[in-house]
Amino acid sequence: MKNILKTLLVMSFLWSVPASAMDVMDVVKQANHVSYYKGNDGRAKVNMRIIDAQGRERVREFIILRRNDDDTDGKQKFYVYFNKPADVKKMVFMVVKNMDRGDDRWLYLPGLDLVKRIAASDERTSFVGSHFFYEDVSGRGILEDTHVMVEENDTYYIVESTPKDPQSVEFTSFRSWIHKATFLPIKTEYYDNQGQKIRSYTALKVEMIGGYPTVTAASMEDHQTGGKTLMNYSAVRYNVGLPDKIFSERYLRKAPRKYLR
Amino acid sequence: MAKAVAGILLLILPHILWAQEIELPAGLGNLSTMIQEADEDYTLPFDLSGFLESRIGRRLQNDAHEKGISIGEIRLQIGVEKEFDSLTFNFVSDFIYDPVLNKHSVDLETGQGYVDIREANITFSPLEFMDVKVGRQVLTWGTGDLVFINDLFPKDWNSFFIGRDDEYLKAPSDAIKTGFFFGNYNLDIIYTPRFDADRFIDGSRISFFDRAGGDLSGRENPVVTDRPDRWFGDDELALRFYRSFGAYETALYYYNGFWKSPAGQDITTGQALFPRLQVFGATVRGPLSRGIASVEAGYYKSADGAASNPLVRNDEFRLLVGYEQEIATEFTGSVQYYLERKLDYDQYLASLPNGAIIDRQNRHLFMIRLTKLLRQQDLRLSLFNFYSPSDRDGYLRLNISYKIRDNIKVEVGGNIFYGQKDYSFFGQLKDNSNIFTALRYDF
Repeated sequence: MKNILKTLLVMSFLWSVPASAMDVMDVVKQANHVSYYKGNDGRAKVNMRIIDAQGRERVREFIILRRNDDDTDGKQKFYVYFNKPADVKKMVFMVVKNMDRGDDRWLYLPGLDLVKRIAASDERTSFVGSHFFYEDVSGRGILEDTHVMVEENDTYYIVESTPKDPQSVEFTSFRSWIHKATFLPIKTEYYDNQGQKIRSYTALKVEMIGGYPTVTAASMEDHQTGGKTLMNYSAVRYNVGLPDKIFSERYLRKAPRKYLR
Repeated sequence: MAKAVAGILLLILPHILWAQEIELPAGLGNLSTMIQEADEDYTLPFDLSGFLESRIGRRLQNDAHEKGISIGEIRLQIGVEKEFDSLTFNFVSDFIYDPVLNKHSVDLETGQGYVDIREANITFSPLEFMDVKVGRQVLTWGTGDLVFINDLFPKDWNSFFIGRDDEYLKAPSDAIKTGFFFGNYNLDIIYTPRFDADRFIDGSRISFFDRAGGDLSGRENPVVTDRPDRWFGDDELALRFYRSFGAYETALYYYNGFWKSPAGQDITTGQALFPRLQVFGATVRGPLSRGIASVEAGYYKSADGAASNPLVRNDEFRLLVGYEQEIATEFTGSVQYYLERKLDYDQYLASLPNGAIIDRQNRHLFMIRLTKLLRQQDLRLSLFNFYSPSDRDGYLRLNISYKIRDNIKVEVGGNIFYGQKDYSFFGQLKDNSNIFTALRYDF
């Protein structure tokens, strides 16, 4: 009896992890690369529509500049310049994403001419009041989860990821549908310990920009509150030639107009 | 056996469910070259922004020296920014209707009257490694949160205590700011050709303890000053030399000018004075544990002979240590400790006339800030408390704001002063404790 059970379990395990041409880590690495590291740098105008369960809408609009330190898909710098809403216009949020420790973050408040250093918060809190988390915008470290390829079909690699440190996150696992031809995650669903879907990301539109397939519209839904955020990217460019020096206090106080137009 | 099968089914079932076909997003499978949409953005030939707000508040107790209404104003801010090839012109002005003050003639230095110009400047980069900003501008540096040591740019303490938006704590400077950027090493030089004082507590809006008179004083008898006002003679120079070491930011500071609020008195005229002041200081700021820690220090060198002159404030050593971190989701806390130490204390004691109020050598101040965001960050609850164990006084700032829409915000808040003595820093402001409410529309 025990042996039968064992065999069945092993079979079930084998069946759920079909032999793939690609190792799951390679898939995850590629997906991380095309989602967050395309080109040496990039810029985009982002429009967020934050819609709550009652249908009330908030709008955020900002320009995001990103620069990779090198080609190892590691350290990155982000410069986020706000246009909307009006009360945060000209405000700048700057992040240095570190691999070995927490991010460094700064906020520039133009009314006070104040450069404020902000404590690196929990990566899984709302980014500017939207349903996207900081981590959704800048990427979640691929080593923070254990990844298992649960299925592979003609179109997708389906990867299940479970956190190595469950205390640090609000989900128990998440599942990504990674498009085989482009490695873009098309859908990501987050589950709680009951297996209930609590949050889901969906890529709504993909366009070819500068040779890179790019998600230009996406949504993040919170199934617990019923709210969602629609994110649209426009004026996307890669390999702009962003100098490293614009990610500094000098350019927090004096916005690098050339790259923000 | 049945259990085992059920278990296996449970293991397999989700896999079957996940095998559902999900919809391909638009564009995938038929990857088109992006058609760049033209930016429909600005129709104006310049960038326009600003807000309109009304703000009303009243004292929580009777103040024999001031009106019951602590703030009652309608404020329109218009900001215009225009970029030319290599320079940017920026103009921000407030237009205010404020019945609390009885004087409405415009004074651009003190902010009195219907118009208060906050910015009127031109920014340009004459050299690759140099930025220049000339004109009226708001300037801030240092690591403190609502406490300043090396930031000797003008503050507006009246605005701060009556519940205007935080940005009004900073009064504008008329200055030339030049920044030099040599890789890791940076230098800011700020020259103010004519002294810009704080918009200090002078009694016209907020009552205070008048040490010369030995009693509380207010609008019936506002402070009369002899303000240094010679162009290029009574000037100010502020320097900051800074660089980062990894995640740690360090800076050295120097200031040469005047005490920003009165710190002396002319014995013959009784006028309040702004004695000469030099400040030498330093800051360090960087990550510590799960938060951000900072240390700021400054040596205040007052006018010559200050130590033995009871009418001029002594030299001081000032220190500020701060730490901020996220405590829980959307909940941030910070603590600060501030020390103000009077130097040459023995000489100070010896110079005091009989019966004078004696300040302690050390003024200790502890501060705590708690900020909680709720409802997709539309609702903000904030508390900031100053407490001084040496003065046995304090100041509590409370604020709740809610964004009804992206551009409409309602706010209620309070400024509560407490203390045992009428003459201590916050204790003297007890009769000014107030609550306020505001409605603001941003555009």
